Amino acid sequence: MYFLNWPEKQREVPTEMKQFLIFVRKEFKHVFRDKKTLLMLFGLPVVQIVLFGFALTNEIKNSKVLIVDYSKDQATCSIIAKIEASTYFEIYSVTQDPLEMEKAFKKGKIKSGIIFPLNFSYDLHHSGKAQLSIIADGSDPNTATSLTNYLNSIVQDYIHQVSGSRTGLLFVKAETRMIYNPELKGAYNYVPGVMALVLLLVSVMMTSISIVREKEMGTMEVLLVSPFKPLLVILSKAIPYLLVSMVNLAIILLLSVFALGLPFAGSIGLFVLVSVLYIITGLSLGLLISSAAASQQAAMLMSVMGMLLPTMLFAGFMFPIENMPMPLQLFSNVVPAKWYYIIVKSIMIKGLGLSAIFKEVLILTGMTVFLLAVSLKKFKTRLE
Amino acid sequence: MEAVIKAEKLSKRFGDFIATNAVSFEVYPGEIFGFLGANGAGKTTAMRMLCGLSRPSSGSASIAGFDVYTQTEQIKKHIGYMSQKFSLYEDLTVVENIRLFGGIYGLSKEDVRVKTQGLLEHLKMEDQKNKLVGALPLGWKQKLAFSVAVFHKPRIVFLDEPTGGVDPITRRQFWDLIYEASQQGITVFVTTHYMDEAEYCNRVSIMVDGVIEALDTPAKLKSQYDAVSMEDVFFKLARKAKRGAD
Amino acid sequence: MRTLIVLLQKEFRQIFRNKAILPLIFVMPTVQLLILPLAADYEIKNIKLAVIDQDHSPYSAKLISKITGSGYFQLTHFGNSYPQGFKTIETEKADLVLNIPLGFEKNLIREQQNSLFIAINAINGVKAGLGGSYLAKIIQEFNMEINLDWTRVIQNGTEQKIETLNSAWYNPGMNYNFFMVPGILAALVTMMGTYMTSVNIVKEKEVGTIEQINVTPVNKMYFILAKLIPFWVIGMFVFSVGLGIIANLVYGISSQGSLFLLYLFLGIYLVAILGLGLLVSTYSETQQQAMSITFFFVMIFMLMSGLFTPIDSMPSWARAISYLSPLTYFIEVMRMIVLKGSGFDDLQYQFFVILLFAVLMNTWAILNYRKTN
Repeated sequence: MYFLNWPEKQREVPTEMKQFLIFVRKEFKHVFRDKKTLLMLFGLPVVQIVLFGFALTNEIKNSKVLIVDYSKDQATCSIIAKIEASTYFEIYSVTQDPLEMEKAFKKGKIKSGIIFPLNFSYDLHHSGKAQLSIIADGSDPNTATSLTNYLNSIVQDYIHQVSGSRTGLLFVKAETRMIYNPELKGAYNYVPGVMALVLLLVSVMMTSISIVREKEMGTMEVLLVSPFKPLLVILSKAIPYLLVSMVNLAIILLLSVFALGLPFAGSIGLFVLVSVLYIITGLSLGLLISSAAASQQAAMLMSVMGMLLPTMLFAGFMFPIENMPMPLQLFSNVVPAKWYYIIVKSIMIKGLGLSAIFKEVLILTGMTVFLLAVSLKKFKTRLE
Repeated sequence: MEAVIKAEKLSKRFGDFIATNAVSFEVYPGEIFGFLGANGAGKTTAMRMLCGLSRPSSGSASIAGFDVYTQTEQIKKHIGYMSQKFSLYEDLTVVENIRLFGGIYGLSKEDVRVKTQGLLEHLKMEDQKNKLVGALPLGWKQKLAFSVAVFHKPRIVFLDEPTGGVDPITRRQFWDLIYEASQQGITVFVTTHYMDEAEYCNRVSIMVDGVIEALDTPAKLKSQYDAVSMEDVFFKLARKAKRGAD
Repeated sequence: MRTLIVLLQKEFRQIFRNKAILPLIFVMPTVQLLILPLAADYEIKNIKLAVIDQDHSPYSAKLISKITGSGYFQLTHFGNSYPQGFKTIETEKADLVLNIPLGFEKNLIREQQNSLFIAINAINGVKAGLGGSYLAKIIQEFNMEINLDWTRVIQNGTEQKIETLNSAWYNPGMNYNFFMVPGILAALVTMMGTYMTSVNIVKEKEVGTIEQINVTPVNKMYFILAKLIPFWVIGMFVFSVGLGIIANLVYGISSQGSLFLLYLFLGIYLVAILGLGLLVSTYSETQQQAMSITFFFVMIFMLMSGLFTPIDSMPSWARAISYLSPLTYFIEVMRMIVLKGSGFDDLQYQFFVILLFAVLMNTWAILNYRKTN
């Protein structure tokens, strides 16, 4: 075996930095060789942004309404015309058969209905008082509330128009301004949430799985018997995912500013800094999970249960925290995504500076330091 | 005597790569046929074609009189198979595994019960019969896997490196089982890397780079290649290989 | 037939011997059904309101007490200065700021018309829209009330008004759980069905036991059937526990429509969903891949199914995607049967579509299964 006897030139002692770079290169190769997983890593944020940005909205548009009109007079016709003109509604049909309404509700064809009784116009003009019924499909309570309110305001609008010419009535008008998001786009709410979710998904789930995989396959032992500091092994694992997360962050930002038309009102530098902090929070959590999990499946399950679900539930972008029972509200405070979500909204959309988000940044830093300390300690004890 | 395995210029191509190149041989009832070759020589591919797991690219073959192209389902009824990966269910008990495979081959409940009892006694595994297979030592698992593969008394049993990673004593016991099966008239088709095991075979073929280079009884092969042992014969042939090991 | 029974015995044994799967079947659905509706409460009822009253008049006091008495709003800030009030929006202390200008009452009586200014934090568009419309409604009522007093004072003859009787059918109490629980139950059954089927089959591939089955004369159809039947039974079971015990006892939801019809639909739906799991398994080599692919699809299904946001509000391309997801139909049918008591006549279309899904998914899966083996 002549290669063992090869007269080597003087051997250089590799510096720690050099060793570290060798390991980082190895990790990059692992990450970029698994094309299916990589596709998911970059595809998931894009799909989520597109869905949340364009598809998921609670605003009411073209909701179908059925009208039972027993009067068919000038007043009911005007009101029906007003409803038809509104962007909220689309007339499903106008009929005199009340059974048709029930049928349409049961088939799920309409979400609301109006019944005008006989002599509607006559009552209105002669006794000054007319009645009508507004019925909404209560199986979706929020939509039902909005629809009822919209229909009510159309009716009141009509009566104000008719009697508005007459003097002597007091009228208070509400001037409403929608701040930050005048068009009430869903994206303003969801995009910061998706950022919180995706960054965590990559940093926690992928890091923990990749460390556990080395454990499972026994290659971790090989790395640990090499003359290389264990801490650097872990650090080199984290770096590719930090980079992937940053790329994801950039993709999400570009998509949301250029495709969804979101503003970026604040400082980019501050935003990047805070995001790096948040990603480190995630990486520490991933490390912690990896020291507890014995198999890839277990790591996956722990990541989903311990990170993904709490983030979706308690970050505040999907479900309103203030409506939750007290214990859940208290629990939401230990979810890092909640704080990051507030920070992103403040910087990106409101354009606030560090002084406004000082408390949130401090909390996030505290969590990161705590998680990092615990996970490194666990990692060390496992080695001994 | 009518051959129970007949292969005639059997080939398998994966794109440009010819894994098995026109191999021809015959195996007779009750024979223990050793199928040798270095890693990557094409043994496993050939065996998978004979079992009906993989469709040949060209050539012909029949197993127990059935054609490997058209009658794979018939073939499967008359063979047993034990792969190099341990392939019983680790999360089922010994008895549950036996019952499962007995049931799959259509043995009646009564037959399965009686035969299971016999099998357990023979392997001296009665104490372990309700243990999960995953909890058994490797040697026991392999012996059990073989017994399950011949449980339905197939005409041929295919063994793909059955003794990998097993200690010499257990290997010896394993070969005792193979001899017993062969005496019952079951043809044994076995691949192995252990050359001492090759000496136990009635006839041996040696594959190099997808082609059968030699086929005869161990004694004749040794004299033909002027070698003291099968190991020697194997080295003389396998050294010519151009394909790297996998 | 005996082969099928033998294979089924094997599958059931393996499932119930797996320590990880039992909590998945029993604990997770229970916990999720208990926690999710608590958390996923979209009912807007705690809108944080800041009031800047610069007028301090009887009218402004009346308006404020009317708003705070409505139950929708929670007064978190009360002050005199608008900039200070606006700060509460920046710091998320308030969602909505109502500004009552100086001289509000005086000007109203003098000019008979006056404006209030409302600023709403609209980052959460839903909340902003609903909050604004609640407030507008209250101000309208306020208008009517003050006019009632006012017209009495000036004796201005008759005035016209329309009274509306509002009612919400099928859920008169507007209980949000009625909306969420059936939907969540449907999503849960879907998640479990796809996930368990795909991972179960891929595991046999990964471990290598599928080879052993492939050399036996066992009919592939029986093998697949034996894989699907246990999960079909488990799906039925989990659904029954969710509907009968949790939805009924905890949330007080009992089906308005025919249970037979609901189970008939569920039966077909499960076949479709398990077919999807089978399909995923034929495209994956490792359990991790199967899990990622399943995760990806289930996530899209859940977001697009109308579980959280109405399908009617989606743009047409998104609506097209949502109608390609079987979960959309199941949630629709769940809500229709359970809440509205819809009958087979109303659901023919959904039955037809889900049957189509079941046939398509399984045919594709089986064709692909043949090809890869």
